[in-house]
Amino acid sequence: NKNGEEADLEEDAEVPRQKRTAKKKSHKMNDSDGESEAEEGASGKKKGDKKASIKDQKEAENKEKQTNKKEKEQNKKRKKNPSESSSSSSASNSSDEESLSEEELARLMEQVEEKKKLISTMRNKPWRMMKKLALLREAQAFVEKFEGALGKGKGKKFYAYKMMMAKKWVKFKRDFDNFKTQCIPWEMKIKEVESHFGSSVASYFIFLRWMYGVNLVLFGLIFGLVIIPEILMGMPYGSIPRKTVPRAEQATAMDFSVLWDFEGYIKYSAVFYGYYNNQRTIGWLKYRLPMAYFMVGVSVFGYSLMVVIRSMARNANESTGDGDDNNFTFSWKMFTSWDYLIGNPETADNKFASITTSFKESIVDEQESNKDENIHLRRFLRVLANVLIICCLCGSGYLIYFVVKRSQNFSKMQNIGWYERNEVEIVMSLLGMFCPPLFETIAALEDYHPRIGLKWQLGRIFALFLGNLYTFLLALMDDVNEKLTEEVAIKNITYWTLFSYYNSSAVNNSDVTPPPLDPADVPRGPCWETTVGIEFVRLTVSDILVTYVTILVGDFIRACFVRFVNYCWCWDLEAGFPSYAEFDISGNVLGLIFNQGMIWMGSFYAPGLVGINVLRLLTSMYFQCWAVMTSNVPHERVFKASKSNNFYMGLLLLILFLSLLPVAYTIMSLPPSFDCGPFSGKKKMFDVIQETIKQDFPLFVAKIFSYVANPGLIIPAVLLMVLAIYYLNAVAEAYQHANTELKKKMQMQREEEKNKRNNKATTNSAMQDLEDLLVPSAKSMSQPKPTEEENKSDSTKRNSPAKKEGNMARNSNTTNSGRGDMQAPPPSVTITRPPRPSLRASHHKQPKSVTYQPGPYPGMGRGKP
Amino acid sequence: MGNKQTIFTDEQLDAYQDCTFFTRKEILRLHGRYHEMAPNIVPMDYTQDPDVKLPIQLIINMPELKENPFKERIVEAFSEDGEGNLSFNDFVDMFSVLSEMAPRELKAIYAFKIYDFNTDNFICKSDLEKTLNKLTREELTAEEITLVCEKVIEEADMDGDGKLAFADFENMISKAPDFLSTFHIRI
Repeated sequence: NKNGEEADLEEDAEVPRQKRTAKKKSHKMNDSDGESEAEEGASGKKKGDKKASIKDQKEAENKEKQTNKKEKEQNKKRKKNPSESSSSSSASNSSDEESLSEEELARLMEQVEEKKKLISTMRNKPWRMMKKLALLREAQAFVEKFEGALGKGKGKKFYAYKMMMAKKWVKFKRDFDNFKTQCIPWEMKIKEVESHFGSSVASYFIFLRWMYGVNLVLFGLIFGLVIIPEILMGMPYGSIPRKTVPRAEQATAMDFSVLWDFEGYIKYSAVFYGYYNNQRTIGWLKYRLPMAYFMVGVSVFGYSLMVVIRSMARNANESTGDGDDNNFTFSWKMFTSWDYLIGNPETADNKFASITTSFKESIVDEQESNKDENIHLRRFLRVLANVLIICCLCGSGYLIYFVVKRSQNFSKMQNIGWYERNEVEIVMSLLGMFCPPLFETIAALEDYHPRIGLKWQLGRIFALFLGNLYTFLLALMDDVNEKLTEEVAIKNITYWTLFSYYNSSAVNNSDVTPPPLDPADVPRGPCWETTVGIEFVRLTVSDILVTYVTILVGDFIRACFVRFVNYCWCWDLEAGFPSYAEFDISGNVLGLIFNQGMIWMGSFYAPGLVGINVLRLLTSMYFQCWAVMTSNVPHERVFKASKSNNFYMGLLLLILFLSLLPVAYTIMSLPPSFDCGPFSGKKKMFDVIQETIKQDFPLFVAKIFSYVANPGLIIPAVLLMVLAIYYLNAVAEAYQHANTELKKKMQMQREEEKNKRNNKATTNSAMQDLEDLLVPSAKSMSQPKPTEEENKSDSTKRNSPAKKEGNMARNSNTTNSGRGDMQAPPPSVTITRPPRPSLRASHHKQPKSVTYQPGPYPGMGRGKP
Repeated sequence: MGNKQTIFTDEQLDAYQDCTFFTRKEILRLHGRYHEMAPNIVPMDYTQDPDVKLPIQLIINMPELKENPFKERIVEAFSEDGEGNLSFNDFVDMFSVLSEMAPRELKAIYAFKIYDFNTDNFICKSDLEKTLNKLTREELTAEEITLVCEKVIEEADMDGDGKLAFADFENMISKAPDFLSTFHIRI
């Protein structure tokens, strides 16, 4: 009979589960009731290390408890037991009776659900694989068998169908997950880096990959909605003045040196703003290109903001789980500081060193938590350092401003050299290269804790970059304003040229229609938008080059030199002065963030910039992975990746906001050029929206829009938002407050618990002493651990004196603690005086540890109490 | 996978996917790794569940484990016999627990096993000292070691018995911010 077999199997499966629960319970017991715990400890001590017998005993205890009905799990299990046995009997009944009562059916259903749950959580169980596999097979067989039996007639069929679909769905989901993990790019590469350099370096590459994903979306937006439609459906090159290289430049327009500066043919291509026509609709699709251009420009920012904030929120959610509890400094260092990912000997060496130093630091902190030697000197030095750094920042800002001004003069002159043309980029790159080390040197004055120091350093470099960026922007603004005044003059000239050209041709031969003026000959405005775009593209490209050259020279050539010249050099190059370069995580991340800021700012005026950036990120992924693996050594100062991730995101958000400002300002307040770009001929760029609404939407939409745009409506809306923010902020603060309160309460409870335990343990230790005195010889035989075999002989020899010592100490202690008990029976009293009990605890712990480990510290019991 | 030979049946692979945190491809790769450690002992064909175990010396020389100071303990904790001989099932189990997706509770159980050097189900002072010595390559002085061990016990020991039971350990590790990210091996 099949069902009988089933029942047998059922029972077989029951046995291991029982064992497991017993095991688990033994852990639970330890914390749930200290009495049995102490008892068990005593019994465990008696038996020394005979594990099997302990287990037996534990099981016996558990069985005892089963009758006691003490624990929840127990109850659950008891509930399960009868149900299971009855259901298996019912299953066997089912074959001869052919009918199931409602109750049995429900029970069976419940059981099937249980099995299914077991299947889905199998991987979370701490069992051996063999057992897991066996249990899985059995559970699957059970489910297979009985889920069909559930339900009758129509319901049965439907149920079976549902089950089948569910199974299919699970299979599909699994396949899809398999597929999805295969689709994540560079997973193997990052894993490789991670295993060599630890998770902190890998975090940079994960950030890079994330950035690449964001940029890919931006690229898709801009290319799909702006550049491709323009190329496919817009007017071809050379048809109108803005799409033609002027005649004066035509001779050199294809020279590499000109193209390298993004002049010539590149300047008059779809990469830049100026190329786009202000035709309302293009092609047979009637695609509204100017409208699309504007909306894409807005949605680039919108999408980026959304993505950054979303990932920040996700990170914050994740990080709230692990609060900053300072209770476990040493424990955490002990058990979680080793990064199991490390697989490279050098990294391991560094990690060992850093763990040792961190332990030493904590020890020092612990020993003298507040040492204040000459606080005035330190304060003075910190102020001095900050003053110096502010001077540096101002100086660099001024230098950039000066250089940009100068370059504007240069641009008016003819035949200038390579240096003059690229002065701005060179100076900015040099500043970016030399200021951070300078800051680091100055920061040595401050003598901060390295973690805090690193944050300061990051903040300062950020300020430097930001200052540079904004001075650059201001100078650019001056440039734009100049161009705008220039434009007014040229507008007239253009108008008059065209006018006189057509007039003259009309006068000369009136019956022949004149050939239109060649678009290359029409005088042009300076088109400030394209100038801005070119400026950003140049900056980006030079940044890419500088980064790559730095990696090549600073890392790769240096590594080659150190590696190969080391054979014939007078000192050890690898360990000594030049050594190998470290991978500069913070610098690289900041570089990436600022580059992204550039892209955001420039993408409105140079739609092709995102394409360049995608290429850059793609190449730098491979290039940097290669460079890291070949020529870098891991960091000495460990930079925690998980914590600072949101710090990076915060910087990114700040940069996004700051790059939004100038773009929004130019869009909102500057008039677009009259003869280039999709918004030419309008007073302001955003007029394109009003135009579309007026002409393409029904009238009432325009009306609604005008109402919505009314300041009378906008101001209350803004007020409402501010109020909402205020309210939400207050709520969040309240929650935070409650959180800290709860934490405090938990802490108190913990202390209380500890004290209680201590009291109990001390009374128990008195009992133990009695036992110790009764059978001292039996215990000393079983005490030495099998793992310390070399110590065995001499520890047994030393055992008895140390033990006596310990016992004496404990005796004196018990009298002490007994008094303590009488003094402080209610727990509330013990909370108010936390140091006392802990002191006591350490006291009475000491001798006990002696009795456990006679080997290493025979003298402790004697020395301390 | 490259050659057409079947290593596992589909049912086996599904079962492994149910029991571990790995995808099909990863299980096959794990088999590849297991196979390449001892190509003449480990068969390519696992459909019949052959009883093969690799000794600890082979396992701890894997690049993923080689630098780990607790490599012997890891392997011992996951071996069925406690001696460090790993069957393929144990091997998969080990990397499944150490994988990224494994939940904190599961990891905590095995971490406790790993740090419990003398397998008495408690982390006592000698275990702590061994852990510390392995972590710092014995560069701390004896006083520092005692101080740290005492501090650890003082911090984490809730029941005041001078050693850490699993409940103490779990309580401590469940609050550790870095435990999940560090107790993790990628393969």
